[in-house]
Amino acid sequence: MDFLAVQFLTGLAGASSLFLVASGLSIIFGVTRIVNFAHGAFYMLGAYIAYSLTERWSGALGFWGGLIAAALAVAVIGALVEIVLLRRIYRAPELFQLLATFGVTLVVQDLSVIIWGPEDLVGRRAPGFRHSVEILGQSVPSYDLLLIALGPLVLASIWLLFHRTRFGVLVRAATQDRDMVAALGVNQRWLFTGVFALGVFLAALGGALQLPRDAVSHTMDLRIIVEVFVVVVIGGLGSVGGAYLAALLVSELNAFGILIMPTISLVVVFLVMAIVLVVRPHGLFGKPEGPPRATPNALIRPWRPFSRNEQIAVAIAVLAAALLPLVAGSYVLSVGTEIFIVALFAASLQLIMSAGGIASFGHAAYFGLGAYGAALAAKSLALPFPAALAAGVALGAAGAAIFGWFCVRLSGVYFAMLTLAFAQIAWSIAFQWTSVTGGDNGLLGIWPPSWAANPAVFYWIALGLAVFGVAAIRAITFSPFGYALRAVRDSALRAESIGIGRRGVQWTAFVVAGAFAALAGAMFAYLKGSVFPDNLGIPLSVDGLVMVLLGGVETVSGAVVGAIVYRALSIVLMSQTDYSKLVLGLFIVTLVVAFPRGIVGSLQGLVPRLRGRAAAPMGHTALRPAE
Amino acid sequence: MRTGSVWVAALAATAAFGAAAPAALAQQGEIKIGEINSYSGLPAFTEPYRKGWQLAVEEVNKAGGINGKKLVVISKDDGGKPADAVTAANELLSRDKVDMLAGAFFSHVGLALADFAKQKQVFYLAGEPLTDAMVWSAGNKYTFRLRPSNYMQAAMLAEEAAKLPAKKWATIAPNYEYGQSAVTVFKQLLSAKRPDIEWVGEQWPPQGKIDAGPVVQAVAAMKPEAILNVTFGPDLVKLVREGNSRGLFKDRSVVSFLTGEPEYIDPLKEETPEGWIVTGYPWDSVKTPEHDAFLKAYQAKFNDYPRLGSVVGYALIKSAAAIMAKAGSTDTEKMIAAARGLDFDTPFGKSSFRAVDHQATLGAFVGKTGVRDGRGVMVDPVYRDGAKYLPSDEEVKKMRPQS
Amino acid sequence: MSAPLLSVEHLSKSYGGVKAVQDVSFSLDRGELLVLIGPNGAGKSTCFNMLNGQVKAESGTIRIDGRDTTRLDPRRVWKLGVGRTFQITATFASMSVRENVQVGLLARHGALARMVGFAGRAHTKEADQLLELVGMREAAERPSGELAYGDLKRLELAVALSNEPSLLLMDEPTAGMAPTDRVELMRLAAEIARSRRIGILFTEHDMDVVFEHADRIMVLDRGQIIATGTPQSVRQDPKVRAVYLGEGHLYRPAPAGAAA
Repeated sequence: MDFLAVQFLTGLAGASSLFLVASGLSIIFGVTRIVNFAHGAFYMLGAYIAYSLTERWSGALGFWGGLIAAALAVAVIGALVEIVLLRRIYRAPELFQLLATFGVTLVVQDLSVIIWGPEDLVGRRAPGFRHSVEILGQSVPSYDLLLIALGPLVLASIWLLFHRTRFGVLVRAATQDRDMVAALGVNQRWLFTGVFALGVFLAALGGALQLPRDAVSHTMDLRIIVEVFVVVVIGGLGSVGGAYLAALLVSELNAFGILIMPTISLVVVFLVMAIVLVVRPHGLFGKPEGPPRATPNALIRPWRPFSRNEQIAVAIAVLAAALLPLVAGSYVLSVGTEIFIVALFAASLQLIMSAGGIASFGHAAYFGLGAYGAALAAKSLALPFPAALAAGVALGAAGAAIFGWFCVRLSGVYFAMLTLAFAQIAWSIAFQWTSVTGGDNGLLGIWPPSWAANPAVFYWIALGLAVFGVAAIRAITFSPFGYALRAVRDSALRAESIGIGRRGVQWTAFVVAGAFAALAGAMFAYLKGSVFPDNLGIPLSVDGLVMVLLGGVETVSGAVVGAIVYRALSIVLMSQTDYSKLVLGLFIVTLVVAFPRGIVGSLQGLVPRLRGRAAAPMGHTALRPAE
Repeated sequence: MRTGSVWVAALAATAAFGAAAPAALAQQGEIKIGEINSYSGLPAFTEPYRKGWQLAVEEVNKAGGINGKKLVVISKDDGGKPADAVTAANELLSRDKVDMLAGAFFSHVGLALADFAKQKQVFYLAGEPLTDAMVWSAGNKYTFRLRPSNYMQAAMLAEEAAKLPAKKWATIAPNYEYGQSAVTVFKQLLSAKRPDIEWVGEQWPPQGKIDAGPVVQAVAAMKPEAILNVTFGPDLVKLVREGNSRGLFKDRSVVSFLTGEPEYIDPLKEETPEGWIVTGYPWDSVKTPEHDAFLKAYQAKFNDYPRLGSVVGYALIKSAAAIMAKAGSTDTEKMIAAARGLDFDTPFGKSSFRAVDHQATLGAFVGKTGVRDGRGVMVDPVYRDGAKYLPSDEEVKKMRPQS
Repeated sequence: MSAPLLSVEHLSKSYGGVKAVQDVSFSLDRGELLVLIGPNGAGKSTCFNMLNGQVKAESGTIRIDGRDTTRLDPRRVWKLGVGRTFQITATFASMSVRENVQVGLLARHGALARMVGFAGRAHTKEADQLLELVGMREAAERPSGELAYGDLKRLELAVALSNEPSLLLMDEPTAGMAPTDRVELMRLAAEIARSRRIGILFTEHDMDVVFEHADRIMVLDRGQIIATGTPQSVRQDPKVRAVYLGEGHLYRPAPAGAAA
């Protein structure tokens, strides 16, 4: 009994740590709608800078002053990132900021290794909180008690700030209706900067406070980022109180869960999120999101199929790609094969993101299921290569059908996070079910049969499937179903009033996208000869998002260009430098600023503008009176 | 520009690759090893490792190269992902025309490379990966492994653990294959020696994401007399800190995998727990001529002390050179034949590749942890020769696939 | 044949204790243009949303062509031949004007599940005819996202008509429009009602706009119907006068987008 009480206290301390970081993310999202992927990077910077300061400054004042100074310093960095980078892209399509903050994360990861070295750093213990106290006959670190107190304290401070200051009132107003704040004559830009800096401060403080209990390492950011997103979503977006409750729920369930099932930590947060979102589609305290920002409004030119000239250009390009094996060696061909596979994966995600308007944060799940489906069919059932590919597609589509059925009940970021939860659950099954999946040692020996083993032949197969897949996805986009999908995205209300049900249409699209992702995954298994759980991991899902956003989420097949650029660049950088993340991150940040609508999206926008100069000016985007 | 340009861009990208390819002008006077490791993902381990193999390359070439040819190592990053390791292997093999593949840190990356080697019929010398599958259940003709495996480390620790009076044991291990097999083998070997031992509980925190407070508390509640730890890196730091403040390690024996390696014990500084039985590498108390020579050369070249990774990197290239020298050729079949049973020198002394499973007999140091001058050290380290901690040939043959 | 196209009996709905719609009953025939007027917050939109199933009624019944539709969802109601427009325009902004109508037509033909064929080439003729009808033929190629407000309303009308509805619900179709456009849209609606034998129910703030064209007017205040009749009789009704204070141009249009 005493033990359980102390375990509860331990869970509370964990909850406070998590909450500090999550609260900042929640505030930032609530006001600016930025999905701040760099939040973990700021958390890590807080810890690193706090380490450097506390190693130099002595005494209690030096220690605590160091923590606060570190958090303030990172807040300044955060404000600079907001001013220099994010401000330029608030008008960009939703989620585009995710791409920018992803780039920042990559840069920070490599920079921190360069600045602080690769080894784990162990900071000082907190003066006055080095030891433990006896509670109910058990030792509890006094620092835990400090953290337990700090959580509610920060929660209360945020509450006071939001309810007793003009800044706070504006922030709350902006959370509910950003346009209204602009109408009040408030300088929205500085409000956003202030909010972003505040959120970053909390993240950095959370990181700095880990100094006495954790090691400071360059993997800290990724360790926490997904978890805090989950906490924010469970609590309900923009609800700071909800974030605290969610942190508490997650930490306590973990603390007690491991007593019953010691392996539960791997998946507990995602299980909690999946259950909460299925039961409460807007988290514990979230309110239905307002209508998403009018992205379609920004799309001036409706999509159209290729013109005659464009068809010819595409045909020539495909033909040229098909002739590559005549001149290129097997390495180039294997890279080309990989790029085609990844392009198909990205194109499948684009179908639901662009035409469907629903962003999946867990699309790798279907890629991975395709890979495992093919691998298991080949290994256990000894099916031939084409049949194994089909088995992979079937498994991926089946997974998408089951997960999608729950997901389409949700919308916006909640939808995205539920897809993430399912992907992580699928990942943990692949990871834990060693007897079938081989666990993290994976499945080996998935090589193509001799007739397809030649790199050129396999390249042609990949090219053929990618061209088929991308063409099919395009055809679907322009088919009646594709229009239904866009109709649901543009106006669910209108769609429903002419007999188009949102869920049914989105679910179908989700399954179709899953099937194409699975095809890519199955091919990937045969390209690499092996399948591992990271084929359905978060990094691959993020890669998918990055490729779609990079190509242009407002385009039909921009993801193909995004995939080619991103994947080719990653491979070249990986091959040529140890600081591939730094270069890639800087490249992404530059692209984001240069092409705020993605590469293809921005270039498309350029064409009518150039033409417009010669011909009569095109009708300018009329502001809809509802806005 | 519309999607039409997609394919143009694809062509441009692939053409760039083609143009960049040095057209494989394999110089006649060179022997090339293609080396792959998680440089960007795990710099703490791979930086010293890289220094180690760089030193070895320098020494090999200073001594006249291999069979009169200059040794060149082309090194690639795998980002910690098996798929990217295969891409890198492909590049090394078909563009750089390397004669041998080597490297990897993570077990799953190593397994992917081993399988790739088997498919492409190329020699692969694994350095770090610990998984037993590498040379046993997933072993193949083309794959050799240098570092003492999971099983060997478990056997060395179980031997010491059996001497302890403790009867009630609990385990803490990261929840992935390495942790799982470390616990399984350790349990099996210890229980065989000490049937009186009772296993009272286990904790499986996710690798890299331990929530140390609750884990420590949960283990304490099992009231074990001894604890087996398999966590490492930042997880280990958190576990030690929480365990120290909550008194988990007080009056309990702890046996811990790898903790004596400088990579893991150094960050702990004065917080290093005392008296843990660990495997590792006490670089400043190994007093053999082989090691002295290595240490001196290493410090002279890099002005830094070696970590275990340095030894692995160094021995990796030295053993590869020995294989090629004996084979007198870079033909894969000849290298395999030469490597089987080959004796080679390492900073830890003589070692050899077993013919039966291609595992090197390189050993490890077993000792106790302690604190000296505010830093963690291994006390009374003893070198354990790996050859003595491997199952018999018959048992191994049963485990290896018949192909 | 004797049953009216739409008959509503004792319809009620409340939100958190506030009675938005209270015991409302009325009927509507084919070819008839019935206008529901009332000040902001009178319950017009709630009433409307119940008719097409967007909002579920608490009590009362709704019959369309004699069939009880009270519990049906919007998609079912649509299938029975009910079209509607929205107070805040809802079009498919990423599509061209013609494509908006084509989606409506494809929906009518039950073809939206098809994954083959170009939707952009489906039912072009019919779509253009409908656009012609609402005076938007010229704008067929334009992106609907860049239309001016009045044109959006016309487009909505065309989309609603794509279903060949027998009943058309138009929620404040003239809100936010310039006066000349309003009269024009009214005239169009009346003409469509008569020529196509469609029953049209219309909500509106401004009685002047509807005066000339409405067959009947119904006045809603605080969720209850306080008067029904010809424009002339409603205008004379003292209760209506009490609601709309003052005489003459009693009816100040509400700002665009305001909730009713």
